[in-house]
Amino acid sequence: MARKSSRDRMSNEINAGSMADIAFLLLIFFLVTTTIVEDKGILVKLPPWSEEEPDITKLKERNVYSVLVNAQNQLLVREQPMRIEDLRENAMEFIANPQRREDLAEKPTKAIISLKNDRGTNYDTYLRVYNELKGAYNELWNQLCQRKFGIDYSEDLPLAYRKAIKEEIPFVLSEAEPTNFGEE
Amino acid sequence: MSKFSKKRGKSDPAISTASLPDIIFMLLFFFMVVTVLRDAELKVRVVTPYASELTKLEEKSLVNYLYIGKPTKQYQATYGTKPRLQLGDKFSEVRDIPLFLEKHKVKVPEAKRPRITSSLRVDGEVTMGVVQDVKTQLRKTGQLRVNYSAKKTPDK
Repeated sequence: MARKSSRDRMSNEINAGSMADIAFLLLIFFLVTTTIVEDKGILVKLPPWSEEEPDITKLKERNVYSVLVNAQNQLLVREQPMRIEDLRENAMEFIANPQRREDLAEKPTKAIISLKNDRGTNYDTYLRVYNELKGAYNELWNQLCQRKFGIDYSEDLPLAYRKAIKEEIPFVLSEAEPTNFGEE
Repeated sequence: MSKFSKKRGKSDPAISTASLPDIIFMLLFFFMVVTVLRDAELKVRVVTPYASELTKLEEKSLVNYLYIGKPTKQYQATYGTKPRLQLGDKFSEVRDIPLFLEKHKVKVPEAKRPRITSSLRVDGEVTMGVVQDVKTQLRKTGQLRVNYSAKKTPDK
């Protein structure tokens, strides 16, 4: 009789309480080992490769916004030294040309930004310059979008909207072959 | 009165914890699915710069990563301190890029191939020379969608 009662106890379910601990252990292992990679960046469409350099001398000088970055990470914008902090504002004024000045772009569709760097330029500086130029366009798109549709510009807008905006202010940035003065 | 006390005596005092593992497993599976294990061990030091005009990379399977930076301490004896390119999990030359891109491309369904993006994860202190070579090679290969990986500038 005593034996039977012991078997009865055995047939009870296995204690599953420790299962949670095991699962927790696994969970913590995964939490620690995995790194969530921040996958953000500046999206760029490179021009297709061609052997000959595009000739920007054919363009009117007033429509070209030349940005040079040297190996000391200094900026020369339209033959004038400039700080990166001022670049965005200046570029926006050049593209939109609200006062219809003679020396700035005729209209946004004709504006061309020409970016040229040295092989010794820091990548950090290069990206900041690129970021400012892209930011100038983004702000102009925002303004135009607000005026036209009453909303901010974003990549989530319907294609027709984005197309309408980009037709009025296209993003034209040409990157020239870099100079080679300062590479280590 | 006696009825009440009897009932209480019969009921099991402990809450069953049998379903707890299931809940934890559910969490576990969630994390396993959501997180992506980095497939390559970084052999170069990459600290991406800050920027504000960022776009999010959409589908992970359509992205290939190119790392550029100085080799980390343990590889400096063999590879020096000059910025190097890393493709997959090994140091590479610029001329290896087309093969690397092709290997990634065959894994992607044909309809999605035009949307393949190359993510350039470049250290901020690298000079543009090596980046330029990589860019030129990408253009020659016809891989034109490029994403300069960057961190979001913290708001002031």
